[in-house]
Amino acid sequence: MSTIGNASIHSVDHHGGHGHHHESFWTKYVFSQDHKMIAKQFLVTGIVMAVIAMLLSILFRIQLAWPDKEFPILELFLGKWAEGGRIHPEFFLALVTIHGTIMVFFVLTAGLSGTFANLLIPYQLGARDMASPFMNMLSYWFFFAACVVMIASFFVESGPASAGWTIYPPLSAVPKAISGSAAGMTLWLISMTLFIVSQVLGGTNYISTVLNMRTKGMDLWKMPLTIWALFLTAIVGLLSFPVLVSAVVLLVFDRSFGTSFYLSDLVVQGQILPNEGGSPILFQHLFWFLGHPEVYIVLMPALGLTSEVISTNSRKPIFGYHAMVYSLIGITVLSFIVWGHHMFVTGMNPFLGGVFMITTLIIAVPSAVKVFNYLATLWRGNIRFTPAMLFAIGMVSFFISGGLTGIFLGNSALDINLHDTYFVVAHFHLVMGSASIFGMLCGVYHWFPKMFGRMMNEKLGYLHFWVTFIGAYLVFFPMHFMGIDGVPRRYYSFTEFPFMDKWISVNEFVTWAAIIAALGQLAFIWNFFSSIWFGKRATQNPWSSNTLEWTTPVEHFHGNWPGEIPTVYRWPYDYSKPGHHEDFIPQTVPFSETMSSNLPHDFEGNQEAERIQREWELANKPQPEKEAE
Amino acid sequence: MIAMARYTQDKEELTQQKAKKFNLWLGMIGMFMMFAALSSGFIVYTAGGADRGIKTLLPDAFIYSTVLIVVSSVTMQMAYAAAKRTAFGRQKLLLLVTIALGIGFFAMQVHAWGVLSDRGVVFVNSNASQSFIYVFTGMHLAHIIAGLAVLARALVGRIRNIPQVNNVFRMDLAALFWHFLGILWIYIYVFLLLNQ
Repeated sequence: MSTIGNASIHSVDHHGGHGHHHESFWTKYVFSQDHKMIAKQFLVTGIVMAVIAMLLSILFRIQLAWPDKEFPILELFLGKWAEGGRIHPEFFLALVTIHGTIMVFFVLTAGLSGTFANLLIPYQLGARDMASPFMNMLSYWFFFAACVVMIASFFVESGPASAGWTIYPPLSAVPKAISGSAAGMTLWLISMTLFIVSQVLGGTNYISTVLNMRTKGMDLWKMPLTIWALFLTAIVGLLSFPVLVSAVVLLVFDRSFGTSFYLSDLVVQGQILPNEGGSPILFQHLFWFLGHPEVYIVLMPALGLTSEVISTNSRKPIFGYHAMVYSLIGITVLSFIVWGHHMFVTGMNPFLGGVFMITTLIIAVPSAVKVFNYLATLWRGNIRFTPAMLFAIGMVSFFISGGLTGIFLGNSALDINLHDTYFVVAHFHLVMGSASIFGMLCGVYHWFPKMFGRMMNEKLGYLHFWVTFIGAYLVFFPMHFMGIDGVPRRYYSFTEFPFMDKWISVNEFVTWAAIIAALGQLAFIWNFFSSIWFGKRATQNPWSSNTLEWTTPVEHFHGNWPGEIPTVYRWPYDYSKPGHHEDFIPQTVPFSETMSSNLPHDFEGNQEAERIQREWELANKPQPEKEAE
Repeated sequence: MIAMARYTQDKEELTQQKAKKFNLWLGMIGMFMMFAALSSGFIVYTAGGADRGIKTLLPDAFIYSTVLIVVSSVTMQMAYAAAKRTAFGRQKLLLLVTIALGIGFFAMQVHAWGVLSDRGVVFVNSNASQSFIYVFTGMHLAHIIAGLAVLARALVGRIRNIPQVNNVFRMDLAALFWHFLGILWIYIYVFLLLNQ
């Protein structure tokens, strides 16, 4: 937090002009201040973290499917955490905790926003770089440090944090409570603090760049939806992450200094703890004030990326551009007043529960607006099923099927039954897990040519899509039924209980689906890394797209455009405009060059322009009356 | 042609400066959110029981530190004005005075902690409302350290005689941030006074 003042001042004298940098290996690839390189750094780090978190999930899926079976190979790799070839119960808790933490924060927040905000905000707005490239570099390196600390927690004696990704006290606040609450929890807190610094540094930069550094002609209503989504995401992050800092600071004091913000009346291992008067519910309020907006921080960039990709590949303007923006704004505002729906069963006043229920259900309105607009954009489009397009459509599918169950969970009465069951797991893995990761993969396939100057292999892309898409449904769909039956989440071996033992076969099925889907990711990893060096060379505008990033040369250099920054004349969705000879008109093409396709509303009430257009039409177009004669 | 290119580049640089100042504003919004979260945490906690609350009078040291930080804001503004008028000697002197007042503020806050603990209002406390006093002031002091670093940086720039544009820009940001820290402290003090 406190580095902001420093950093913004610090970078002043480092960045005068562009174009005359003497770049060494270190300044070009490591401590780069170029937004494109930073985007790639975020992406590669995000992919590595995603693979790690996915492997963790496979480990705990193995335990759930075969609770009685021994896998000596696990002991070989995990040592005492898998003594006798079976995952240790405490390690199981660590696995689910770190899986959640990495996926939510490191992959879908930093990996997604970090990659695409850095890549697209300057590119699509016509800026040479971010407002403060130095802060941007710091943002990546804080993120990198956070990753290292989080992974390092696997190598401490007492193991990584185990209290769940939500780290509720008192479990997380009492180091003696479980082994994961000892050194592992401290490392978790350090890692998250670094992570928050990274997010705040990055987020302020994104907002500032969007508001200050747009090129000539790029007013807010000419911005692509990607930028709107990333911009609003950054605002949500800026307002919510500092709240998590407060929550974490108080937790640190409780853990290490003996204060009683969250702790009271505890007996741990036969000993009465001295802490008195604290309230664990206070933590939940502070945590979820970040935690719920965080869900939209994860989701909104995916909504933005897919809007762009679906419009481009349907060769149609996005349906309801303004409605799309207003629904994003609606989601942004609502995201701050729904946090109580995570706490319906904490003894909350039922009236307050009712209020949170209503605000939660209202989110269905902007979400539905977005879904219908996606479908209307696809409707009768000239669809090109590129891998990016398939992932975008997959995102819409998950957004619908996962969003639907949100209506059940948002209901404070039904939530008494469904709370902390696999129903919740199924819900959020579809609506924010799968939907967001599909949005991210869609972005990777679509903007890969811009990032690396080469194309990814399409066939491998299709294979990757179908395995992942079907795999994700096979993994998460059965969990709804387990949840309705009352199977609780995070349990080590719930099938030991007689009334839940029937679920063992489903568990096995889900684990096999997860393993196959995980293997499917090899197609992506191979495709991604080999295409960087051996992919087919990309043309400047491979998707025939309208936005500004495709007007830059394929070769990268600091400053993006060799000459002057282009001027923008029109919105980004002029696809298949009647009367034009091509099915796309880039934003940089002035209306004077497209007289045959201009429409009255293009001129936004400029009467002089309308008059010129009318005169041109009189002179050039055959009159409809004459045709009728 | 060259003049034109020069003009475009200056314009781009000006946009960048504007954007960086905007960054600082956003950063301050973030910091404010953090203290807002602490305030709401305090309110929720204190409302939870009759045995909670500050239950002591805030030490007079807080009044003195308030005076110190208000005066330092005035001297900072004067230093900024001097920088704009290119009165560099005066700018340096006033910056030094501001830094000294800032350190005085820091010392006064630590002294206030001493007064509180002598009364038995300690940090590790079963009434966390009292612990909150330390959290508010401590988190604010962490920001004061950052503020002092920013002031020192402006001073170093002055001593090294960096270009006037950059000198004024650094002073502009430093003054803005320092005023923010003063206002933040007044907010915290009033908030605690209203709840004592």
